[in-house]
Amino acid sequence: MSQNCLRHSSQDINYLIFPKDLRVNAANSEYPPRWEKKCAGDQGLFTSLYTSLAQQLPREPMEWRRTYGRAPKMIHLEANFVQFKEELLPKEGNKALLTFPFLHIYWTDCCDTEAYKSTVKEDMMRWQNSLRAHGSADWVIIVVDTNDTKKKNKPNILPRSSIVDKIRSDFCNKQNDRCVVLSDPLKDSSRSQESWNSLLLKLRTLLLMSFTKNLGRFEDDMRTLREKRTQPGWSFCEYFMVQEELAFVFEMLQQFEDALVQYDELDALFTQYVLNFGAGDTANWLGSFCAPVRSWSGLLLRRPIDMEKRDGIQRGEASLLDLRSYLFSRQCTLLIFLQRPWEVTQRALELLHNCVQELRLLEVSVLEGALDCWVFLSCLEVLHRIEGCCDQAQLAANCSHTVGLWAYATDKLKSLGELCGLVSEKGPTSEDLNRTVDLLAGLGDERPETVNSLQSPYKKLKEALSSVEAFERHYLELSHAAMEMYRAIGRLRSARLVGKSLAEFYMRKGDPEKAETFLQEALKSYVSEGWSLPVTHTRKQIAECQKLLGKTEDYLQTSALLAGDVNLTTEERKHFCQEILTFAGKSEDQAHKVSLSMEVFAQLTRLQFHPAMASVHSGAVLQVELTLRCLMPVSVHIQQVAASIHFDVDHGGTQGRSSGAQRQMNPGTVEFNQGTLSAGPPSSSAIRPPLELDEIQDRSPSDNSLNSTGVVCKNTHLLMRRHDSNSPPNTPNCISPPTVTMKEGAQMLKVQDIKLEPGNNSIVFTAPPGTYTLRQLCATVGHVQFVLPHIYPSVQYNVYSQEPQLTVEPLSDPLLAGLPQKVKFTLLTGHYTVKKGDALQLSNTDTMPILPSTSCTARISNPAAELVGESVLSIQSSEKVTSISLPLTPPYHTLEFQLEVLCIIPSGSERPTNERLTNGEVRHRPLKLCCVCPQMSIDCPWSIYSTLLALTFYIPFKTKHSLLSAGNRKYIQVCVQNVSDVNFTLAEMKLTEKQQAALELQSLNTKAQQLLCSKHSVFCLWEVRWKDDLPSCLQCIFSANFTPLNQDASAFKPFHYQFQLERVTTLYSVRAEILPPAGEQHCRSGFLCGLEVCITRLIEPAEGEVTEESKTDSDGLKTTKLMYEVADSSSNWAVCGKSSGMVSMPMRANATHKVQIEVMPLFAGHLPFPKIKVLKYLPHTAAVAIQPDPDSCVENDSLSLLDKMLDDQADTASIRSRGSIHSVGSGDQQQKGVAMPRLEPFSPGQVFNHSHARQVLVLPATDDHIMEVNAT
Amino acid sequence: MAVCIAVIAKENYPLYIRSVPTQNKLKFHYTVHTSLDVVEEKVSTVGKSLGDQRELYLGLLYPTEDYKVYGYVTNSKVKFVIVVDSSNTSLRDNEIRSMFRKLHNSFTDVMCNPFHNPGDPIQSKAFDGIVSGMMVQTG
Repeated sequence: MSQNCLRHSSQDINYLIFPKDLRVNAANSEYPPRWEKKCAGDQGLFTSLYTSLAQQLPREPMEWRRTYGRAPKMIHLEANFVQFKEELLPKEGNKALLTFPFLHIYWTDCCDTEAYKSTVKEDMMRWQNSLRAHGSADWVIIVVDTNDTKKKNKPNILPRSSIVDKIRSDFCNKQNDRCVVLSDPLKDSSRSQESWNSLLLKLRTLLLMSFTKNLGRFEDDMRTLREKRTQPGWSFCEYFMVQEELAFVFEMLQQFEDALVQYDELDALFTQYVLNFGAGDTANWLGSFCAPVRSWSGLLLRRPIDMEKRDGIQRGEASLLDLRSYLFSRQCTLLIFLQRPWEVTQRALELLHNCVQELRLLEVSVLEGALDCWVFLSCLEVLHRIEGCCDQAQLAANCSHTVGLWAYATDKLKSLGELCGLVSEKGPTSEDLNRTVDLLAGLGDERPETVNSLQSPYKKLKEALSSVEAFERHYLELSHAAMEMYRAIGRLRSARLVGKSLAEFYMRKGDPEKAETFLQEALKSYVSEGWSLPVTHTRKQIAECQKLLGKTEDYLQTSALLAGDVNLTTEERKHFCQEILTFAGKSEDQAHKVSLSMEVFAQLTRLQFHPAMASVHSGAVLQVELTLRCLMPVSVHIQQVAASIHFDVDHGGTQGRSSGAQRQMNPGTVEFNQGTLSAGPPSSSAIRPPLELDEIQDRSPSDNSLNSTGVVCKNTHLLMRRHDSNSPPNTPNCISPPTVTMKEGAQMLKVQDIKLEPGNNSIVFTAPPGTYTLRQLCATVGHVQFVLPHIYPSVQYNVYSQEPQLTVEPLSDPLLAGLPQKVKFTLLTGHYTVKKGDALQLSNTDTMPILPSTSCTARISNPAAELVGESVLSIQSSEKVTSISLPLTPPYHTLEFQLEVLCIIPSGSERPTNERLTNGEVRHRPLKLCCVCPQMSIDCPWSIYSTLLALTFYIPFKTKHSLLSAGNRKYIQVCVQNVSDVNFTLAEMKLTEKQQAALELQSLNTKAQQLLCSKHSVFCLWEVRWKDDLPSCLQCIFSANFTPLNQDASAFKPFHYQFQLERVTTLYSVRAEILPPAGEQHCRSGFLCGLEVCITRLIEPAEGEVTEESKTDSDGLKTTKLMYEVADSSSNWAVCGKSSGMVSMPMRANATHKVQIEVMPLFAGHLPFPKIKVLKYLPHTAAVAIQPDPDSCVENDSLSLLDKMLDDQADTASIRSRGSIHSVGSGDQQQKGVAMPRLEPFSPGQVFNHSHARQVLVLPATDDHIMEVNAT
Repeated sequence: MAVCIAVIAKENYPLYIRSVPTQNKLKFHYTVHTSLDVVEEKVSTVGKSLGDQRELYLGLLYPTEDYKVYGYVTNSKVKFVIVVDSSNTSLRDNEIRSMFRKLHNSFTDVMCNPFHNPGDPIQSKAFDGIVSGMMVQTG
């Protein structure tokens, strides 16, 4: 019992569940905080249960449903168990959440009703009362039921349930869940386990209920408090503590996100107050934050909670930096819990910027440099903190997040160094030292956390400020780190900016060499991206470096660039210009010359030739005018401007023109298209080089004829280059100008001593003879040369010398013979001056007299084709020579005059225009003028050689004649065809016979004058009448006068045409009749009918005829052999039987021979008679004297074949179609020879065919049942 | 409102840059030029993830102690940069956005001018006026 009593005395323990005390835990650095169960009272009972209770309570998560629509969360509840004491219960108005008892537990293992009634119940009542007094409704009674006690007291105790029931009825008014039974907690049985589980579940549920309720109430209170912020007595610090309490609770629940939200809200609230302050809305409590800053020890992020600062805030003594530092340290801690270190760096940068702004806004007085110290320390502290929680690889990968802090720290250290005199060459002054001491004092002592570490921000700063060397070391370290990081993440511009800042540092340290490297790199980037202002600024710094380094050429080059930089003031530009001029004026060291790029000094904008064609003869003056836009701010005296020129060997014809100028629209003026030199924005035109095109001609080497021509682009490699879309545009200003050299020994155009004014200047050179290309341009000022290495596009000029040249060309084309024609003489004098008395001597020819003319004027024009003068020529003709005295003409002028010449038409007969081709066809030549080409020679005064002149004249007419016969009567027809393009009038057409006086030619022409249009013909006809005998040969002359249409009669020129007619007399007449078949009146197609051919000799044989052609028969009669042939060329007739045959003709008048031939008409209608040819048949012996012409020879072949067939009496087909004669056996050509008999045609007038063109009616066959219709 | 407004060509040379006359022009040139780093960075990362549906407004490029630099990139890669004084805290993100939009509209007008040669510096008076309006409104 004693044991029982003991128990009873101590069993009535109740426990509070508290959140863990943060202060203690934080101090113990046992973090993060957890709930904890503390056991007191009945050590025996509770201690035995405590361990498992404390372990198992947080094991299962609980769903925490939250107010205000916040998302539910699963949380693990841990708890502190604290023995109940009256004084631990929260007083009224106590807002502390951390010390708040959330659940009261009454533990009892009472199993004795008596004991319960006597002591336990009372105790419980007391407990309940005190709870009620403090308004706490969160409690639970746990009845522990152990088996061993049950066994011991089995007989006299009530069942356990009864005690529970009693308790329930006594306390748990309708709240049965407030009493829990724990059975056999120390036994390892399923029952015990089950009971444990239900207990834990109950505890968790109740705890969470209480927690939710109390937290909600706390939050409501907090909000109420916040709403009061406009009331006068409200203090931010108080509110801060309240809301931070909430944050702590969330933090303990591992709800870091929620905790962070609390701090962010506080942050925002505070920021808003500061902004309102800036807007004039002052809150009283802000006063404490406006106190002057006395400590700038930087952020402290190593402690989870900086209690020092927290206390300061609590007391309302914190400065703005303290509050910000504390707030950030808490945010940082939570962010690191949340695995978001990179947000820390980002927020840190914002915080630092913000703090600086806020202090400015609140007008807080801060020691100069103090903020720099604070920012510097804070940056490093943040970086250290981040480094502490990330490995190296992570850090390297996230440079982009930390680099801002690095750069910021670098910046601040630099300004600190400048402030404390650590950057100057001389070292700090005493004033600087005092300032340093003041700054260091504000840092306070080093924090205990970092005292032992070697590399704390505090130590760094202190060391850096302690000496010039240490500062340099630290500053360089930081700068390089920042630059490296910027480079690593591709922020090259930022890296270069840091580099530039470093360069400024080096400059102040007096180390221009290192500075220049960084500056050049920065400059390169600004230039390439076309940022003119930074370019100018950086270039100015570079100039300073170069001056210090003694890089004369570079310095002068930079100075030249700066002198022409419009971003600078005129004074600055003048200064730099003066620098160049001063150097140039120094007399020492004559040999040393400096070559600079001309682009920086002056721009060649235009090149002009006078005269514009850039091509003059050697006597004239060719001027080259250059327009130079001088970029200097003041006028500069130039000793010499020289343009080097290059002799062009490969120069085509003598008409050399500037090849550069040929490409231009305006020849003689070349505009140089250059980008603006000052680092202005690159215009789009400067980006691409202009097209450079050239014409190429491919000529055949033999006759110089053009094979092909084309256009080539010479700078495709520049144009076709792929333009990288990201690459910056080309800017003309180079960072380090390429070495420019003037080629030695080149020919120069020079101008001495000129003054270049700012802006456009014009420089005029006079060009020496020859063909030259302009290559380089050089302006010399003392020792300084400004060189333009290439003049682009290339420009060529040509000063040439020319021989005199005489050309004679017809004014009209073609020249017509027989009419006076004008011919133009053009004399290019070249280098020759026509003196007084100079004359052209023309040798006369008979066929082409020069017509004297009274008004022959010569025109003199200069090379630009302007008329200079006119004068009348005097022409003197002697028998042999025509002399033309020339007027005075200066060299390189053109002299022009015209002369009239007449070419006499030769009267001989022309060649026949038709000629037979080998295939037997007659080719009709196109109308072509026959020409005459008289030659004359000209002697010129400038040459000992004569010039041969050949002019081609064309005869305007083509004349043909023919002999026409009608029985014995003869007619002569002359056809005059006008082949020229001119219309003529023909008059007085006459035909005369030279020899036979007895002959009369009677004109049948009606008109005296006849119009003869171009390409038309006129026919004239005469009848030949004779008295005694017609001569076999007639010599005729056709003559007419002609004149171009619409000219007066005096202009008529004669035209003659001679011809000869032979064998004029008619020897035979041929008459043919077609006889219908017997009994028929008409012929019928398909029926044979007779063809009767009657050949009659008309005259007695002449003497010559007898000897040549006849032979004497045996009976003494003179006969001649004729061959006839019936040939129907139009398939109308079929010849039956022999179509040709031989006739022996007596050689006397009226001898007649008749031949009967059977023919059959093949068609019905009016059919023309078949043609009957009569030919001379020459026997074997007779053909000696006559040379056969090739035409008859051909016919001979076929006819000799015919003869053979006749001789052989070969059977031939009864019906032979026409033409088959020629197709049979055409291979026997070898039979021809002199000894063979020959056939010879008669001359046109010798055989008269009466039935020529007669027709006969043929009826269709009667039994035709097939109608043939030929429609043609 | 703004202390410096710049339009930068696709090739990164300035088409237009104007800052408040009271402050050092050069400093802003450096600031704007350096901000191109961040613009490029943002454009490349955003471009990868979103493809065509890119937001033109890039937001705060980077803050300095004295200024906040905001960026905007048109689809043709022309960049707008607005520099705002850090002390001017009343400026909201939306206002910056609308400034950029206005700037973009005006820039489009400039580009529509048939006499304007794209790639040349902007000399339009209308554009100047818009920019002046943004700079004058300084609170």
